[in-house]
Amino acid sequence: MLGEGILKGLAETARNFFGSYFSAERLTTVEYPEQRIAPFEAARVFPFLVYDGADWQAGLRCVSCQICEKECPPKCIYIEKSKDKKPDALGKPQFYPARFEIDISVCMSCQICVEVCPFESIKMNTEFELSTSDRFGGLLLDREKLARSNQYYHQIHPTEAAAVDARLAADKARADAKAVSAAAAAVAKAASAAAATAGEGA
Amino acid sequence: MKTVEEIKAAIESAIPGAGVEIVPNPSPSGQHSLRLTPDHAVEVANFLRDDAELALDFLSNVTGVDWPDKEISEKVKVTHTVTKTVDGVEQSVEETVEETRKRVEPGYLEAVYHLYSVEKKHGPVILRMRTVNRTDQVELPSLTFVWRSAEFQEREIFDLFGIVFTGHPDLRRILMWEGFKDHPMRRDYVAPDDFEYEPTAHDGVLKRTQAHQAAAGQALEERHQGTGAGA
Amino acid sequence: MNQPHSYSSTVTERPEGWNRPAPIESRGERELLEVAMGPHHPSTHGVFRMDLALDGERVVRLKPEFGYLHRNHEKIAEGISYLASMPYTDRLDYTCSMTNNWAYALAVEKLTGQEVPERAEYLRVILGELTRVQNHLSAIGFLIQDMGASGTPLMYAFRQREKILDLFEGLTGARMMVNYMRFGGCRVDASPAWLDEARKVVAGLPAFVDEFEALLRSNEILMARTQGVGVLRPELAVNAGVTGPMLRASGVNYDIRKVDHYGIYDRFNFRVPLGDHGDVYDRFMIRLLEARESIKILEAALKDIPVGPVIDPKAKIRGLRPKPGEAYGRIEAPKGELGFYLISDGGPNPYRYRVRPPSLINLTILEDMCLGHDVADVVLIFGSVDIVLGEVDR
Repeated sequence: MLGEGILKGLAETARNFFGSYFSAERLTTVEYPEQRIAPFEAARVFPFLVYDGADWQAGLRCVSCQICEKECPPKCIYIEKSKDKKPDALGKPQFYPARFEIDISVCMSCQICVEVCPFESIKMNTEFELSTSDRFGGLLLDREKLARSNQYYHQIHPTEAAAVDARLAADKARADAKAVSAAAAAVAKAASAAAATAGEGA
Repeated sequence: MKTVEEIKAAIESAIPGAGVEIVPNPSPSGQHSLRLTPDHAVEVANFLRDDAELALDFLSNVTGVDWPDKEISEKVKVTHTVTKTVDGVEQSVEETVEETRKRVEPGYLEAVYHLYSVEKKHGPVILRMRTVNRTDQVELPSLTFVWRSAEFQEREIFDLFGIVFTGHPDLRRILMWEGFKDHPMRRDYVAPDDFEYEPTAHDGVLKRTQAHQAAAGQALEERHQGTGAGA
Repeated sequence: MNQPHSYSSTVTERPEGWNRPAPIESRGERELLEVAMGPHHPSTHGVFRMDLALDGERVVRLKPEFGYLHRNHEKIAEGISYLASMPYTDRLDYTCSMTNNWAYALAVEKLTGQEVPERAEYLRVILGELTRVQNHLSAIGFLIQDMGASGTPLMYAFRQREKILDLFEGLTGARMMVNYMRFGGCRVDASPAWLDEARKVVAGLPAFVDEFEALLRSNEILMARTQGVGVLRPELAVNAGVTGPMLRASGVNYDIRKVDHYGIYDRFNFRVPLGDHGDVYDRFMIRLLEARESIKILEAALKDIPVGPVIDPKAKIRGLRPKPGEAYGRIEAPKGELGFYLISDGGPNPYRYRVRPPSLINLTILEDMCLGHDVADVVLIFGSVDIVLGEVDR
């Protein structure tokens, strides 16, 4: 019969249309912004800098090594190293960024900066409602706007943050163990030097 | 499939005087190429396509490459005869001096063709053709009438590199607009000046931004002072 | 410089119509109507212009004009490192970023001789075939939309595509610009939860493809509009460098997965569907059949994926400096043969980076296929080529 194919097609469309009243599978519209889909854990939008503790300036993990700046494909990161140093989580004095700016109108969310950072200090944020009417300065995020606490990082990427914390804790444990053994070796050396001078003196 | 040497031998026996050279490829890919002379290129191409054993009927990719002029400094030992006064007597003495000679090896533009065979399911066979120089002698024969897929790709190489393919049925710009001057993919291409707002400038972009701001009489933004912070 | 050059006398003359279209005489003394179709046009799949010369409704001449989306990708790649080019490859064929990444990673691996662990190969196949399924279903959906179906079949295809993009987001963090393949494997491992989710999605695909086919295959309007339209002869297709579903719809058995034996495709049992007529209907059916074959590969790969590392531990990602040399690596992307030609001079950036775009080369014979047809057919023929401007213009 002529038109049979069209009728079969219409039957499929009817099945989808009426089926959408009964099965969520067929009704896939999410009425944003009243309804929202839960974001995926792995989602990435723009980078942010992690800080430990309460003070963002003192706890900022970034040591201004500038590897992310070099590897960034569109070169949207601008870093100025500080002149002085401040102690980091392991107590070692490190440089910190006097200026750390990301131009998010250029950033392409490729997340290579996160991949290459050796200090777990830059991670991907999931905020995407960032529209502004200032298309130049408003899209240039500076150090303060980029800094977010480690608790925030745990909120948005729980598994990843837990793994990072475990790695950093392991590093700290290793550094502490090394410090303890170095101190013990120093004490032993001082004791043997004292014994030697005492022996010489005698 | 035949190796590069066998293909060269097959071409030379079919087209005597074809002047085919093997260009070795040092990488692990092992994809060596054959360099053709522009005079015999179309004949060789027809042979490769119509040969029963090779049957290279499918041209996959045509690429342009720019090899700019190279300045080479060599240290050469030169012997002169010099008249010198030795012990009050004038004599001709031979002196050997090491001189640094600079010469410019002329650059050229290159077209690279990757061929496969759909019938025999083998490949790639890579052909190369080089122009005489990069300035006025930039013609190469077009292989569009041998493999139609070269049509748009040769137009692109003409547009972006400047190689003129003689025999191409419709040689005009394809990606850039007509009326555009210059060939953007060449190594010495200078992009037009649009560096007004560059908050995170590095390296070359930083230099252009500094030049732009100086030319525009703008006060140099503090982040753009110096010679490329964070380069 | 802009004048076409004359024939050289050493060119072998081919019969008229062989690899240039035979000119079509216009009917009578009516003037030809010259129309620019595009670049702002709902049916040109992006910013693309076709300069048509029409005799009434009949196409007498068609010149494709593009370059509106030219973003200079090849020159940018000469200035940044090999790793930094990876996110730019996402944006070539922006609907199929996984396969773009894979082709680039394959080319660099050929250049450096890098090996890929088994689990990474399986993941590459799974993600590549998922990309192929969503691309083919959307391509059919867009074709039907161009025919006037107002987007309903397209939205059905997009429903399935959303599930696949959700998988990509769960694994890589981004729906489309995935930046996932690395030189020597993949960036991040897939958790068992993700693999289960993928199995669920793949389990739902055959039913959908059946439904999609039932919706469309015997539709009389579709058959009348697509059968016999835009016929492409196999010899011309091979000579013009056409690859992908378009080539196979003309009856040429050439699928790079079977020819080059790249990756681990030899382990999977899948057929290569071929068309008989080379018209628009065949191209649309080939895509549907290829989607079914991809589902077979997916089911097998998801069942057999081994445990292991997803990247070679000795692979150098950052600061890769391949030894001087060159390599051409290609894969069967959903649109055709996607190849990358890299020349290295030993430095951190490639000396020459070339993308062989399937969409651009498939457009070479657009004029041949459209001559003599009506303008309405041009829309369909163009839709059946299935191009993405990101790839055409780079």
